[in-house]
Amino acid sequence: MPEMVYYYDGSFEGFLCCIFDSYANKEVLTAIYRDEDFVPTLFASRAIQTDQSHAKRVFRKIVKCSPYTANLLQKCFLTCLPEKELSMYRLVVKLLREGPGFLGNFSDPVLHPVAKAVQHLLAEAHLLKGFVRFSELDGVLGGEIEPKNRVLPVLRSHFCARYQNEKFFIYDRTHKEALFYANGKAVIRPLDDFQMAPPDETEANYRILWKRFYDTIAIRERYNPKCRMTNMPKRYWNTMTEFQDASYFKAQSSPAAVSAPGVPAGISAPGKPPGHGPSAPESAL
Amino acid sequence: MDVLEKLTILTDAAKYDAACTSSGGTRGSKKGYIGNTSSSVAGCCHSFSADGRCVTLLKVLLTNRCIYDCKYCVNRRSNDTKRAAFTPEELADLTINFYRRNYIEGLFLSSGVFRSPDYTTELMIRALRLLREQYRFNGYIHAKAIPGTSPELVEQLGLLADRLSVNIELPSEAGLKALAPDKTKQAILTPMRQIQARNQQSKEELVKYRHAPKFAPAGQSTQLIVGATRDSDLHILRLTQGLYDRYRLKRVFYSAYVPVVEHALLPAKDVKPPLLREHRLYQADWLLRFYGFRAEELLDEQNPDFDPRVDPKCSWALAHPAFFPVEVNTADYSALLRIPGVGVTSARRILAARRSGRLHIDDLRKLGVVMKRAQYFLTASGKAAEGLRFTQDSLLRGLIAAERPLLPQQEAIQLSLFDPVG
Ligand code: SF4
Repeated sequence: MPEMVYYYDGSFEGFLCCIFDSYANKEVLTAIYRDEDFVPTLFASRAIQTDQSHAKRVFRKIVKCSPYTANLLQKCFLTCLPEKELSMYRLVVKLLREGPGFLGNFSDPVLHPVAKAVQHLLAEAHLLKGFVRFSELDGVLGGEIEPKNRVLPVLRSHFCARYQNEKFFIYDRTHKEALFYANGKAVIRPLDDFQMAPPDETEANYRILWKRFYDTIAIRERYNPKCRMTNMPKRYWNTMTEFQDASYFKAQSSPAAVSAPGVPAGISAPGKPPGHGPSAPESAL
Repeated sequence: MDVLEKLTILTDAAKYDAACTSSGGTRGSKKGYIGNTSSSVAGCCHSFSADGRCVTLLKVLLTNRCIYDCKYCVNRRSNDTKRAAFTPEELADLTINFYRRNYIEGLFLSSGVFRSPDYTTELMIRALRLLREQYRFNGYIHAKAIPGTSPELVEQLGLLADRLSVNIELPSEAGLKALAPDKTKQAILTPMRQIQARNQQSKEELVKYRHAPKFAPAGQSTQLIVGATRDSDLHILRLTQGLYDRYRLKRVFYSAYVPVVEHALLPAKDVKPPLLREHRLYQADWLLRFYGFRAEELLDEQNPDFDPRVDPKCSWALAHPAFFPVEVNTADYSALLRIPGVGVTSARRILAARRSGRLHIDDLRKLGVVMKRAQYFLTASGKAAEGLRFTQDSLLRGLIAAERPLLPQQEAIQLSLFDPVG
């Protein structure tokens, strides 16, 4: 069978159509790229049109063979796995050729990269369930994240259940999309640019209280920055209240500087950029 | 005194309690209420403090005023420290507003004994009721049951909280007499027994009527202080085993004693908290809860304390050479779990993967097996890892080296004290 590079529109349905067309054209895919990543290549290539009915047929077929794989593919599509489409395509090809028997073996060379990437996605989403920080502005809760994977679809049900009576949004800076929720309805939409408004008095006050709590709860005799970093990698700190510098805790309406939220007895969390070591108790306040 | 100052004092006074987990919650979201409890077994960490510990709940005392004089405690009556108390409104407001901002998973409310155990518990109930009923808070609440509280009040507390805990703190009666003269073993065990019985009863009722009230649905836990008294690891682990067996505790927490006071009966103030020992106890506790080990298997009268150099599972493996190597293609689940470097997940994956073909050494790493440790203890299709040669001595050194980078910093420093000199 001839080898071929496919281009598609970047949607999950588009990806499914690549699979559909590869079977229809009897072609083996060596790469699958999104249209926007197009680079002129020496290899034979084909641009795939997205056809919803084709996509549906492929997906139904996969679900019939293995609902587990169908779910895995939907999740893998959200991951940052390099050339994820190719790994996913190979998984589908193997599934359709051999049946679902090999799926029990996590170390299977075709399954492993996909399952591993999904694990990474779910692990990141799990951490972010805790690390997302909301600010309240005019009755709406808003938060920002910078994840490696597209976690918003995974986080959606968790936050919608938890804050069912609230209006909230989470902005994903990496993938430039946002999850909006109000009155029982949630949508995820692309959003090119977003700037969080500065806090009002009340909001600034809760930020200060939280930072104070955070800095006080650590036990000085057990100070262990390495352990903290292992559990909470630094790349998450950027969007977390406890690691922001003094300006983050100043209300917009009050020109008088709010005193930096240092702690008499605690360990002050480093502001941005994160420094090292506990600040001496005398220097705080 | 403003709320910021109260929060500082009452957090500082609560920070030595190790329990900070939201696991085991079963609270689904409820119309008109805010919050639920996350169903994940691992619980949900919202941050990690500078000492590397998970921050999941707003962990504070209602008040640090206390009529008792436990020698090891910063809140003891005789300690000259600033005292404060939250009003129920302040506490409820903080909890809700922290929760809405996703700072926390819920509230962990403890308290010094103000006037009497009953009086304190009544204050706690007032705060929790306000939070549940007026603020319609449906997230996680962990409340401390104070020894000596009357059963009726413990009952009310349990209907408001997801988890209750009674801290044993000192692992032996002698320790209790010397260091916490106001508390007795009996006063600690009574509420524990009540909580267990009520929790059991409420589970049975829930099977019959869907709307039966839930009593502490996430069960109960306790904490033991390690290193304030001379109790051995064996003593502590046996106590733990008994608590899991007889009181059906969900968790036992260990807290390395941080010297906060100069006292003849306590370690001097410059003694470092025994973090490595605490770490080994947590590892052993894990083996009891998930790996099918019993306390007696891990320690005995000849070896009453853990070998600081290797983790308890490796220790057990080294003492039972006849059990190994385990053949991963045929061993049952419980035997797989005994291999150092094989965890619950990788053991399950081995079982599943075996069904579609024989496993070889090279497959194991991908299944999540930590080969650095496991290689000494297993074969796959009759073969050991390529080029593996070791003596009893180099095996021990290999295991120590394999764990070293995984140990938290302070623990690693304490471990280095056991390095051979020269
Ligand atoms: S009763 Fe609790 S708070 Fe009071 S001194 Fe004893 S341990 Fe501390």
